[in-house]
Amino acid sequence: MKNPIDIRQLATDVLAGIAPEADLSTVGDHEDLREALDLDSMDFLNFIIGLSQGSGVPIPESDYPRLFTLQGLVAYLTR
Amino acid sequence: MADFLMPALGADMETGTVVQWLVEPGARVKPGDVVAVVETHKGAIDVECFLDGVIGDLVPVGERLPVGAVLARVMETGGKPAVSVKASKSAVSAVAQPASPPLGREAAAPRTGQSTPVNPRRKVSPAARQRALQIGLDPDALSGTGVDGAVVLGDVERAGRRTRSVAAPAAAASAAHRGSFDPVQMRQAIASAMARSKREIPHYYLSSTVDFDAAQAWLQAWNRDRDPVHRLLPAVLLLKATALALREVPQFNGFCEGGVFRPGVGIHVGWATALRGGGLVAPAIHGADGRSPAELMEAMRDLVQRARAGGLRSSELTDPTVTVTSLGDRGAESVLGVIYPPQVAIIGFGRVVERPWVVDGQIVARRLVNLSLAADHRTSDGHLGGQLLAAIQQHLQSPETL
Repeated sequence: MKNPIDIRQLATDVLAGIAPEADLSTVGDHEDLREALDLDSMDFLNFIIGLSQGSGVPIPESDYPRLFTLQGLVAYLTR
Repeated sequence: MADFLMPALGADMETGTVVQWLVEPGARVKPGDVVAVVETHKGAIDVECFLDGVIGDLVPVGERLPVGAVLARVMETGGKPAVSVKASKSAVSAVAQPASPPLGREAAAPRTGQSTPVNPRRKVSPAARQRALQIGLDPDALSGTGVDGAVVLGDVERAGRRTRSVAAPAAAASAAHRGSFDPVQMRQAIASAMARSKREIPHYYLSSTVDFDAAQAWLQAWNRDRDPVHRLLPAVLLLKATALALREVPQFNGFCEGGVFRPGVGIHVGWATALRGGGLVAPAIHGADGRSPAELMEAMRDLVQRARAGGLRSSELTDPTVTVTSLGDRGAESVLGVIYPPQVAIIGFGRVVERPWVVDGQIVARRLVNLSLAADHRTSDGHLGGQLLAAIQQHLQSPETL
């Protein structure tokens, strides 16, 4: 999966399992998702797990900061 | 013959409503079996029965009953449940109130039906799959309560009733809203437990700053070569270090009853978990001192998931012998907790921060975490509290032994 639209859909689907009331369409591309959607450490780890499993990209821990925003995670996962 | 009673799921619970029976009258029950779903201010809880025998005389679902009300009778295996429904019925109907659906409950988004990223594909029993398709639900999207999280018939029925109750608000009072709770009721319950705590418990507070570098380095090394699903959060090490320290200083693991300390049997850490939309619950991670970090991570993930999506078990709410609150990576730098009665201590961890720190006379950048204790002065003093904090601190310096 290398298409930005698919990545956004993946992020939406994964988030639905973590924060069902969260609406990704209200979050700006440069906003920190953790702040915007009130994700705690466990939520964010679960988010990474879902993105990694859904995209096949391993996502080492040191790269987490690159996935804090929508723009960042789309860029990272479409590489 | 023994009575199966409405359990007190914490100091802040006064009433509950059986919203579903998971056993039929005449069914054999063993200690630890989940027999009913009870709706409380903490959401719908899977209530276990610790009796052994044949269950009967089930109270009807949908009535709000006080803690201690008879919910069913259990006869020793071989006997038959008595048919004296009247006795238990009259006892409970005297106090039963109409369970009117509080405002805002329908607005709260039910969190069931969301697949978890960890285990996106659940096992589904054939009967459950058939029933789900019959009533137009996606069986793979339901959350399961069977072995290994399998979706069983009861889960489908519950989900089906929830779906129908949204369409028919009149049925809402008796529907199990797994994962949703009434925020107003929850706030009142927290207020009442915390007001009681501050009124009755003479708190004292201690805090220390703990060097978290060794623990952080160990975590990074552990996480580096593992899939995200097997990675650990710092909270796991904080939890394990605390549990081990409580083994060495057990005077903080237990209860104050009538001004006297009663030690807890086992170290069952109540893990403070914030619920989305407000509210807080601190269910037990049983035997935390005897579990590996990987096991604790799994337990914590499962517990947080169930605290938020529904499916906490009654024993998890009644068993905690102490509470730990960890604010996580976006939290405040420190926290001084309020003891959850009748416990005698709450241990708090702030966010891990990087700050200047002196090591061997040199100022270096270090990751630090603020550690705090709020404890009951009726059962301990600050001197002993200091020993607990020192023990936690010491364990965090040797993460490989956690």
